[in-house]
Amino acid sequence: MGTQSEALKNIKNKIRRQKVFSQIKHDKNKERHTLRKERAKEERANPELKDKRIVENIPDTIDSKRIYDETIGTEVEGKDEFDKYFTNLGKDPKILLTTNFNARNAAYEFADILMDFLPNVTFVKRKQGYQIPDMVQFCNNREYSTIIIINEDKKKVTGLTFINLPEGPTFYFSISSVTEGKKIAGHGKAQDFLPELVLNNFNSRLGKTIGRLFQSIFPHKPELQGRQVVTLHNQRDYIFFRRHRYIFRNEEKVGLQELGPQFTLKLRRFQKGIRGDIVWEHKPDMERDKKKFYL
Amino acid sequence: MSDEVIWQVINHQFCAFKLKTDKGQNFCRNEYNVSGLCSRQSCPLANSRYATVKNIGGKLYLYMKTAERSHMPSKWWERIKLSKNYSKALSQIDSHLQYWQKFLIHKCKQRLTRLTQVAITERRLALKDDERELVTSATPKVKRREENRERKALVAAKIEKAIEKELLERLKSGAYGDKPLNVDENIWKKVLGKVDEKEFEEEFEDEDDVELVSGDEEDDSDVGEIEYVEDSGDDELVDMEDLENWLGDSSDENNNNDTSDEESDDEEEEQGKKRKSDTKQDKSKKKRRPRVEIEYEEEPIQTNITI
Repeated sequence: MGTQSEALKNIKNKIRRQKVFSQIKHDKNKERHTLRKERAKEERANPELKDKRIVENIPDTIDSKRIYDETIGTEVEGKDEFDKYFTNLGKDPKILLTTNFNARNAAYEFADILMDFLPNVTFVKRKQGYQIPDMVQFCNNREYSTIIIINEDKKKVTGLTFINLPEGPTFYFSISSVTEGKKIAGHGKAQDFLPELVLNNFNSRLGKTIGRLFQSIFPHKPELQGRQVVTLHNQRDYIFFRRHRYIFRNEEKVGLQELGPQFTLKLRRFQKGIRGDIVWEHKPDMERDKKKFYL
Repeated sequence: MSDEVIWQVINHQFCAFKLKTDKGQNFCRNEYNVSGLCSRQSCPLANSRYATVKNIGGKLYLYMKTAERSHMPSKWWERIKLSKNYSKALSQIDSHLQYWQKFLIHKCKQRLTRLTQVAITERRLALKDDERELVTSATPKVKRREENRERKALVAAKIEKAIEKELLERLKSGAYGDKPLNVDENIWKKVLGKVDEKEFEEEFEDEDDVELVSGDEEDDSDVGEIEYVEDSGDDELVDMEDLENWLGDSSDENNNNDTSDEESDDEEEEQGKKRKSDTKQDKSKKKRRPRVEIEYEEEPIQTNITI
């Protein structure tokens, strides 16, 4: 390689230099392709080789190189505010959905999308003068279990606040990549069954709390006949929301049909109580290291 | 001093309020200036007859200066409180500045309009909730970075695969209960058959391994528990001590116990046969067993965080 670059440097004519360089590139590509071809041929004759290669050759990913987090794999110690949901199995959650003051159309459209899959949810239009503490009191009197506030800014939905009742905690997630069901290619029509819930990759202490938050929104017992599943998949601190209908084709294969909506959440702030002390807050500085994840 | 002299000084020499620009138009920083521009007409210093509108503590006042009081700087300005009603305030200006220059009347009205708008905005801002989360802090750079990382995370997530895997795991672990509504019957039978086969093997392998069996209530390979339930009649209140004592006995005795209640004959002769018949029984019981377990099995569905 070194000699080649040296040789290239010595060519003074630009056009010729480019020609030679493209030739070198071409040769390299060709070499790689022939190697691959040969390997494929060998593996076709002897499939074990392929299996072996696949087992041995695991590419490194950011996820596998994640910086060590001592809370991963440990159980949640002690009680937290979600315990009420997990111990009281007879009582299903009740959600109040609202927006910020003076919300624009985007917020109401998104509320429609959320109402589609959130169980036992009431939408209330936010009036001026009702602050969050007022709403919390209102909801506590009526035995709501969660308040969800859609945050709209500059005619775009930018976030969701989750307040667990009666006494917090409060989570603020930013929201991005919202796609409604209709715009997903090959989407199905959702039915009014309580969905199953799949929570993937909520591993750290904080992640488990987030997982418990999402669990506490859905009723204890899904309606399995609907075969609908809501997924919240955490990958590198981005939480992907998806909804599917599934079918077990045989004992090894599952068919999935997407129902929508899709959106992505990212935790920005986690506060004790009703917007009380900040326990965790996302800062742009935290993203400096690509391999450090918090959920 | 005459106005003209003052203006000559301000325009050609120096004025502390003047803000020079390189665009040809200078600005005025004097708070009484009605237009904000530095010009002969709108200079509050070089005009002995002058009017402006000012906002003092949220209230709008019309300020007027006349040549008669120009020798008493402390009493230069006569001020009149303007009505909160915009149109009334306009007519107030009209009446007070009746024979004044058209320029000042016009500028005062303009200023009144602007200040009213500012007041409205201020009021709205004050009412605006502090709870709204603004995204002002996200610079384009950070935004772009987050978008890119999200895109890459989505690719790395392989969400559909993860969901399929999780669903299959639930199906096979029996989280959907005895007669799941979400599976085709034939497939469920196949799954069940596999599970049974597995258990069958395990039973023979771990027959003497008491540790494996004891304690874990939800374990499917727990043969003893179910039989205890049938004997005693209540399924929930299995006394752990009793269970352990009883499991502590040899497995052959287990067999004896089970069979003695129901059959009471033919104990010692055909051990091998009995074992077979027991396993058959077990199988048939296993088919019954999930009925008992339904109540337990609701829980894995509820607490379905997967890791």
